[in-house]
Amino acid sequence: MEGVIAIYIVMLAAFTGYEIIAKVPVILHTPLMSGSNFVHGIVLVGAMVALGRADTVLEQVIGFVGVVLGAGNAVGGYVVTERMLQMFKASGQKKKESA
Amino acid sequence: MPGFLPENVATLAIDFSYLLVAFLFIMGLKAMSSPVTARRGIVVAGFGMLIGTLMSFLYPGMGNFPLMLAAIAIGGGLAWWSGRIVAMTDMPQMIALYNGMGGGAAAAIAAVELLRMASAEPAATHGPVVTALAAAGAFIGAVSFSGSLVAFGKLQGLIKRSFRFKGQQFVNLVIVAATLALGASIVIAGHPTMQTVVLFFALALLLGITMTLPIGGADMPVVISLYNAFTGLAVAFEGFVLENAAMIIAGIVVGSAGTLLTQLMAKAMNRSLGNVLFSGFGEGPAAAAEGVTGALKPIEPSDAGVMMAFAQKVIVIPGYGMAVAQAQHKVWELCQLLIDKGVMVRFAIHPVAGRMPGHMNVLLAEAGVPYDLISDLDEINAEFETADVALVIGANDVVNPVARTDKSSPIYGMPILNADKAKNVLVVKRGQGAGFSGIENHLFYLDNTRMVYGDAQKVAAELIHAIKAVG
Repeated sequence: MEGVIAIYIVMLAAFTGYEIIAKVPVILHTPLMSGSNFVHGIVLVGAMVALGRADTVLEQVIGFVGVVLGAGNAVGGYVVTERMLQMFKASGQKKKESA
Repeated sequence: MPGFLPENVATLAIDFSYLLVAFLFIMGLKAMSSPVTARRGIVVAGFGMLIGTLMSFLYPGMGNFPLMLAAIAIGGGLAWWSGRIVAMTDMPQMIALYNGMGGGAAAAIAAVELLRMASAEPAATHGPVVTALAAAGAFIGAVSFSGSLVAFGKLQGLIKRSFRFKGQQFVNLVIVAATLALGASIVIAGHPTMQTVVLFFALALLLGITMTLPIGGADMPVVISLYNAFTGLAVAFEGFVLENAAMIIAGIVVGSAGTLLTQLMAKAMNRSLGNVLFSGFGEGPAAAAEGVTGALKPIEPSDAGVMMAFAQKVIVIPGYGMAVAQAQHKVWELCQLLIDKGVMVRFAIHPVAGRMPGHMNVLLAEAGVPYDLISDLDEINAEFETADVALVIGANDVVNPVARTDKSSPIYGMPILNADKAKNVLVVKRGQGAGFSGIENHLFYLDNTRMVYGDAQKVAAELIHAIKAVG
């Protein structure tokens, strides 16, 4: 990737991240932290490439571990965030039939 | 090995799909920043993740597909299972755990790249800039990995105490310096030795551990948020190495959002990030019960219930103790009973109550408490003076008036909920011990404070019983 273009991407992405968080009510901080935790689960894609191109056994082992961890980040992040936000849907005017 | 599609078609398709992935991630996060659309947000982002993962199988020159599928099944399956069964109260440590896994994955990508360079295949070498990015991502990712695991262990109760010793910061500094020096040598050498790379990773992992072990549980939210931002950055750096736009954009967005979130949290505790990381919070026994006058005055739940039943305004201050006891449903039941009696009930949430910002909001939302009854610190603090009862449930440091008065206290300057201004203070607490910071709470010794000892859920049930008895 061209150096200057890469810097542009970084700058714009950084502003985007800042803007997203800047206006968030405190009540959503934990779900949003969890949500952004899920988003960096995209590292799975990179780990897949690393494993897919691994030649030696050592590279395969490390790549394998990387994919396991990346998949854990992505799937776990999704499940936890989704569960948290589900409760927000239930609250508000309509109360969930709580136990 | 040939891919499923001709190389140029596959590359183009992947590039465009990553554009879509980045778009969906940003839209998803944006939707998550409002309670109304939050749930749609995670689904949108999840869709992006699915597209990105599926398209990545098309990369030209890939092999090891059985291994890859097995790894995804193992990692994804375990995470899905653990994420499903975990209790809401344990969410913070699960976020720490999954975040650590992401950091570990980024470090693993870097490890493959750096080891390939160490094996001295001329074709596998990168320029110094890319090598530096790979090493930086490796460093940050490895620190995030081991640090998050320690944070997980602490919150899960696997690691019981904070390990501190004299000169700890100096030792950390030495490890940082050594790791950076090794990283620099890798970049300069271009062909690092195997030993250098292994030592580099070992030191980075060690740093994550030594950095996190001394940090007390009360500061964990800030630390987890910081490591979340770290992992984002590490992912972005490895994205540069792999020329993967989706990783770069997602990583940087999370890195900047996470940094801001970390600052907001540290600010809520009136402490700088450096202070959180390096101060050795609550160090030494100096804070033990100094300057406390009066005694702890216990009260029976039945009497406490009567007190609340005849109050006009009750402000509930939940803390980690409520989370541990899973008492949120009982507490809300109690409050509904009071509301039916015409008592005005409000919930006051300190920004760092519990183990994460918004932790209490999540639990109260789970119990079905409407938003409009929940106020944060700035909104509610003026109202304590008109409250008849401040009911503190398992909260401690966030209501300690020492933060306003005692300059020598480690929590001096932290904004607190002014529970002490209420006419009566009821403190529901398991025992007589100090809070997570280990600081004696002067609120508990005030003349208008009464202690209700017991598990928060049990006490709430007894209070309900008492109020019902009033009729």
